[in-house]
Amino acid sequence: MKGRMISPGKTEGAAIVTNEPIGFYGGIDIKTGVVIEKGHPLEGRCIKDKILVFPCGKGSTVGSYVIYGLKKNDVAPSGIINKETETIVATGVILAGIPCVDQIEIEKIKDGDTVLLDADQALVTIQK
Amino acid sequence: MYLTKEEEKILDGDGGEAEERMFRLLVRLGEIYGADKMIPVGSVQVAGVSYKSIGDPGTEFLEDMASKGAKVKVLTYLNPAGMDLENWEKIGFPKDFARNQLRIMNAFKNMGIVVISTCTPYLAGNLPRFREHIAWSESSAVSFSNSVIGARTNREGGPSALAAAICGRTPNYGLHLWEKRQPNIKIKVDVELDFNADFGALGYFVGKQVKNKIPYFTGIKDANTDQLKSLGAAMAASGAVALYHVEDLTPEADLVEKNALETLDVGKKELDETYEKLNTGGDPDVVILGCPHASLREISTLAGKLLDKRLKKPVWICTSRVMKEAADRMGFTEIIEKAGGYIVADTCMVVSPIEKMGYKTTGVNSGKAANYLPGFCKQEVVFTNINKLIEAQS
Repeated sequence: MKGRMISPGKTEGAAIVTNEPIGFYGGIDIKTGVVIEKGHPLEGRCIKDKILVFPCGKGSTVGSYVIYGLKKNDVAPSGIINKETETIVATGVILAGIPCVDQIEIEKIKDGDTVLLDADQALVTIQK
Repeated sequence: MYLTKEEEKILDGDGGEAEERMFRLLVRLGEIYGADKMIPVGSVQVAGVSYKSIGDPGTEFLEDMASKGAKVKVLTYLNPAGMDLENWEKIGFPKDFARNQLRIMNAFKNMGIVVISTCTPYLAGNLPRFREHIAWSESSAVSFSNSVIGARTNREGGPSALAAAICGRTPNYGLHLWEKRQPNIKIKVDVELDFNADFGALGYFVGKQVKNKIPYFTGIKDANTDQLKSLGAAMAASGAVALYHVEDLTPEADLVEKNALETLDVGKKELDETYEKLNTGGDPDVVILGCPHASLREISTLAGKLLDKRLKKPVWICTSRVMKEAADRMGFTEIIEKAGGYIVADTCMVVSPIEKMGYKTTGVNSGKAANYLPGFCKQEVVFTNINKLIEAQS
């Protein structure tokens, strides 16, 4: 699938997928990378080294700094795929240097699929 | 987006990692918003300064940027901090909060940012000119610079403003373009506006109605810069108004296209209803003036009303460090403190932890403050003019 490059880089890994938006500030623990938002479909799961697939960001703009902090604490996702990246997530992934592509039909990606994310070419390939 | 050779080199990392990331952010935001190119900015004002707003994640990000050697290229000021940076202990700001706030200020200073923390940079030494491109963050400062000065800025987030400061550029879109500065609704005002609070009430009402439109006001006979500051701040808080024009008063009003606009009438009834709606409390524990930060004229007005008075309950007036210096020299600070009040510099009620200082009901004369205090600070609000507020505390 071809999308739009938000932040450059290339990575491959297991997808962790949700159809719910993610609010990083208060939603993800910056020290562990575990989703802590009550009632979120991903609650309790760790996003470290995964390819995180979600429609868009939500909530506080401090979320950008949380994404940066996840990377610095070595618990960040290795890549991010969105339906539409808004400024909170765009700012976070660019400052953190996390590959990110948007304008992708994320419904086609299943939780656990191995995904090749080539953000430089804005390409997403589901390998299995 | 078109980039110059020099700009391409920034993306290749010629200016170091920090500038490369920051510039990549500006380019991407520019592409998202349809900018054709980058434009140089004359000055920047960065939001996301209070520890209460950005917490540990923001603090660590800023320290990291500073340690990577990021430096600003243009005159850059800061939004209010979470406390008075000099008298925090005396006023009673919590110690652990203060420690983190000072870490943030240090990181900014190391990047070459002027650590004057204010929502009125134009009163404190960061004054853009008519038609100058700037990248400012704080919504009332954005409104004032666009509307009253006629400078040009979008409403920047904390990181995008910091990026503009470090790269000296901003993407050319939105309110940087003349065609995007045209009004799209006319507001016919038919009511006497006496107090600054009246302008705040008008702004609150209009902002709620027009959301992110560009209003063109008629019927405002006169207004000084304090009153326009109050009007714009309230519209930016209850709505998302980043630019407004006032017939005969603001610099672009004569130049914009204002025929055939949809019209909204505002009279005494609307103003009275706004006052009623914004009043949620009975008796204020504390009165806080200076939202946006008080000018010297506003401080002098308060000092005049408190001369030889003894307050039963506290009155604060928030301002920039620069205005505070002038107030000290003029003896206004002494008069206000003698009466039992405080001039609080560098911070404001919305970003400081007042709910942790034992206050439940706050009296204000600002439409913006009345809008934010219930949510951000869990306060009941008394919204009225300065005379009634001082009466309530006497």
